[in-house]
Amino acid sequence: MATLNVLILVCLAYVVLLFGVAFAADRMAAAGRGRWLRSPRIYTLSLSIYCTAWTFYGAVGNAARSGLEFVTIYLGPTLVMISWWWGLRKLVRVGRSQRVTSIADLISSRYGKSNTLAICVTILAVLGGTPYIALQLQSITLSFSIFAEADPSGLYREGASVFWVAAGLAMFAILFGTRNLDANERHHGVVTAIALESVVKLFALLAVGIFVVWGVAGGVTPMMDRIDASAIGRWDVDTGRWITITFLSAAAFVCLPRMFQVMVVENDDEAHLRTAAWAFPLYLLLMSLFVVPIAVVGLDLLPAGSNPDLFVLTVPLSQGNDWLAMLSFIGGFSSATSMVIVTAMALSTMVSNHLVMPIWLNTRERRSSISGDVRGVVLMARRVSIAAIMALGFFYYRLSGGGAALASIGLVAFAGISQILPALVGGLFWRGATRTGALVGLSVGFSLWVYTLLLPGMGGGVMSASVIENGPFGLGWLRPQALFGLEGLDPMTHTVLWSLSLNALAFCAASLLSFPSPLERLQGAQFVNVFDHSVAPGGWTGSVAQSEDLMIMTQRILGAGPAQDFFQAEADRQGVRGRLPEPTPGFLERLERELSGSVGAATAHAMIGQIVGGSSVSVEDLLAVADESAQLLEYSSRLEAKSAELSRTARKLREANEKLTQISKQKDAFLGQVSHELRTPMTSIRAFSEIMRDTDGLSADETRRYATIIHDEALRLTRLLDDLLDLSVLENGQVNLNMGDATLRAVLDRAVATALAGVERPLRVRRSLPSERIALHTDLDRLGQVFINLISNAQKYCDAADPMLTISAYDVGGQVVIDFVDNGSGVPADAQSMVFEKFARVGFDKAGGAGLGLAICREIMQRLGGEISYLPGQGGAAFRVSLPLAHRQAAQ
Amino acid sequence: MSRKVLLIEDEPNITEAIRFLLTREGWNVETHAEGGNAVEAILAARPDLVILDVMLPGKSGMDVLRELREHEEMQALPVLMLTARGQSRDREMAEKAGVSRFMTKPFSNTEVLTAVRDLHAQASRT
Amino acid sequence: MSQPGPDEPPLAAPRPSVFLERQSYRRRRLADAARILPFLGAALIAIPLLWPRADTDEGGVSLSSAILYIFICWAALIGVSFLFGLAARRMSSSDEPRAEGERWRP
Repeated sequence: MATLNVLILVCLAYVVLLFGVAFAADRMAAAGRGRWLRSPRIYTLSLSIYCTAWTFYGAVGNAARSGLEFVTIYLGPTLVMISWWWGLRKLVRVGRSQRVTSIADLISSRYGKSNTLAICVTILAVLGGTPYIALQLQSITLSFSIFAEADPSGLYREGASVFWVAAGLAMFAILFGTRNLDANERHHGVVTAIALESVVKLFALLAVGIFVVWGVAGGVTPMMDRIDASAIGRWDVDTGRWITITFLSAAAFVCLPRMFQVMVVENDDEAHLRTAAWAFPLYLLLMSLFVVPIAVVGLDLLPAGSNPDLFVLTVPLSQGNDWLAMLSFIGGFSSATSMVIVTAMALSTMVSNHLVMPIWLNTRERRSSISGDVRGVVLMARRVSIAAIMALGFFYYRLSGGGAALASIGLVAFAGISQILPALVGGLFWRGATRTGALVGLSVGFSLWVYTLLLPGMGGGVMSASVIENGPFGLGWLRPQALFGLEGLDPMTHTVLWSLSLNALAFCAASLLSFPSPLERLQGAQFVNVFDHSVAPGGWTGSVAQSEDLMIMTQRILGAGPAQDFFQAEADRQGVRGRLPEPTPGFLERLERELSGSVGAATAHAMIGQIVGGSSVSVEDLLAVADESAQLLEYSSRLEAKSAELSRTARKLREANEKLTQISKQKDAFLGQVSHELRTPMTSIRAFSEIMRDTDGLSADETRRYATIIHDEALRLTRLLDDLLDLSVLENGQVNLNMGDATLRAVLDRAVATALAGVERPLRVRRSLPSERIALHTDLDRLGQVFINLISNAQKYCDAADPMLTISAYDVGGQVVIDFVDNGSGVPADAQSMVFEKFARVGFDKAGGAGLGLAICREIMQRLGGEISYLPGQGGAAFRVSLPLAHRQAAQ
Repeated sequence: MSRKVLLIEDEPNITEAIRFLLTREGWNVETHAEGGNAVEAILAARPDLVILDVMLPGKSGMDVLRELREHEEMQALPVLMLTARGQSRDREMAEKAGVSRFMTKPFSNTEVLTAVRDLHAQASRT
Repeated sequence: MSQPGPDEPPLAAPRPSVFLERQSYRRRRLADAARILPFLGAALIAIPLLWPRADTDEGGVSLSSAILYIFICWAALIGVSFLFGLAARRMSSSDEPRAEGERWRP
């Protein structure tokens, strides 16, 4: 007899093995190795969490009581699997394309991302799931107690063992089930561990079966005889239950949160379904192959009254085959643990995404919701949820006392969770299904389930016997187990019939009567026609959204690395380099889908909505499309915008036209000026040359005089052309500055010498040489040109009796200032603003150029980075030249 | 009979050339180099013919002509206008102001002489 | 992400043609068969309900025969499903782009 200690040791060793496998698988997946982790075999095996301890032990018990009825539990899923082509494939495709995190998320997403629906489904799932977890704990405890009875030490304490089992499972689920948030990142560790457990439980059951058939009964034929000879040897099943349970198990197979988790959420590749379609039914067939033989042998060998639910353990034990019993125990243990772990994971995702997160988001102010570490909050919520769900299961087990009441809870849970079916199937195949329909259907089904099955099943404490007998307030047609007078049915059949049919009826009726929101219609189209187009639900306009805010929020949810990768990829897609992508509608949709993989569709929608400013334009846009008046409004506002734009453009054109006209006028004036300046000397030249040609008898004196005039006027023309050319070069900026270094004094020396060379009566120039010791780095020739011009002007225009020019230089904070002041009468006040204009001439002196000199000076000083200005109030004409000394340091 | 022409022109070289030409034709040439008081100069000189430059310091030739024509006794006075700007708009303006003949610089000497003769002949006939 | 994003234009949907290529035709009939399979399975599973019950005169069908019937039907369904999976795989690998939906080409 194996002692309890050995059993516990084996148990612990097995758990350590599971931890090891999960850990190794996670590491391999993270390292990018282990393609087999994503193989269809692993997927198929992970589906077998459908077979819980309840089926592992309970199937034999069921067979011992009701014959072949137990196969219905397996036939339902078989039918679902072989219809994968039009059923599961669509579910998986939708789940993956919408990045759905749970069954509640799927329903919520389909019906316009309604969180109300998600909450309903979550509550339903928790209500159905908690007793189910308790059932698993019970099966582990029961199997422990079998060994404990045989153990002389009597150390076994039931309560403590259940507690530790629950705690250990919670820890496993937390460790491996909440590593990452993103639904599209698989929990390879958990999935691989439960795949291993599937192999173990199948192996254990087959081993016991083979032992029973060949070891105890002595072959197939004797076994068959023994079956026919047994108490259950005749085909005798309840027709209603046969159909009901087949249907129910098929429905539950799709709707159970844990099944949805492994089938849709953890699905890596749609093509895996192709393999699972035959491999999973095969697994189920093998699981049920030896159920009847074990039951029959158990009934034969064991004393009457022994619990048939534990035949899988007690038959090998009674034959003294302790190790087989141990294996069988491990099989049952596997079934229970894998189911509990995945259920806890699935339920915690739902609870955190649909209950905790919306509440958490609501407690925050708008905008500031992204200030916290959302990722941390979500993960913590998920961990706490797992612990809470396990605790609920534990307390449910303790409170219910672990009696026979628990044994029936499996099917009760099936019936409860199946209430989702109409909304699910309707959502996938019928575009007309609405949120209202789903809510009404779920509510009707849920209340009928509670009223007709859950409450009566919980015993007298909750619903009194008189109510069950006579109905509430004596209303016979409201008797929970004979609703509307439908008597004589098995309670399970009765409930399923009423709840699911009325659920579906209410769902359809309310869907037909209600009008879906635009988002719902869009999502509906996406779900129903998922194979035709994979256009995302959508429609954010990001005009008001801040990419930066989105980035911050995404980092908080996905983590910094993935968020940056995602934004980088998006930026590449948009072709922007080195900055955040524009919040285009397409980008926001992809982001929402990415986020919904972590926090669920409704929450992701709400979070993006907060940043984008709550204006889910999908709704607005669709309303605009759906509602004609809105469409007209939009059209007219667009027209308004257009006409505003037109008048803006017109104004701009007018302005441009005015400018052009002005420029044209300036050009005309300039051309007129140039023409005048050219034609005037030309006139003299022509007139005198004709005089000299046509006039006979000109004196030599006259001839010389006229030739001199012609020569002077030709020179004047040349100067004018030079100046014009110079100005044109300077104005077009084509001038190349020839930078050089010299002191100001040297430049002035040269300028004074040049300007006054050959002048008959040069004016006096007064300078202060010490202050001119300033080093310059500039175009020295150009600067000299400016100085020469100023000195020549003074020479030409200074009307004082004793003309004198004072040149003074200062170094004023980084720039050199040179003033040229003469002692003449200066420029009249009204002409001062004009002196730098082209062809502006001061006075009517004909001595010099065409009036371009100062204009050229101004252009030169601009090119040199300085300026030239007229200094009023200095007595005579006063010009100030200033030049920055920015290059002084470099020049030294 | 002494024919008197008043030449209002600010370019001394051009003034000299025209004075040379018209003196040889037998004209008594008086000159004025400024626009500001040109009208007064004409009224004072009572010439048989006026040669008027457009671009004058002080007042433009156009304004001088316009003011001149406001005086009743000056409406028939032949005025030959010279311009160096050579834009057609100037010609229109001058015609509106009541010019007798409009010439663009640079001109040929014969042109000027012909114009002066014609204008004088017309004036004498009436 | 493997799905095309929302702002990429959808694949140009070819105009449906009345006549399908032989292979497309085969695939569509295969899909029909896949749809029928679960109903066939349901019918097979429901047949035992017509059998005489244990409390009738004949004493009903023996449990061993019932087991044989159920498990043979079950195995047959699995076998057909397996063959269908093989066929679907061959179809999808022979023309990948069309294997996804039931999109057809002229």
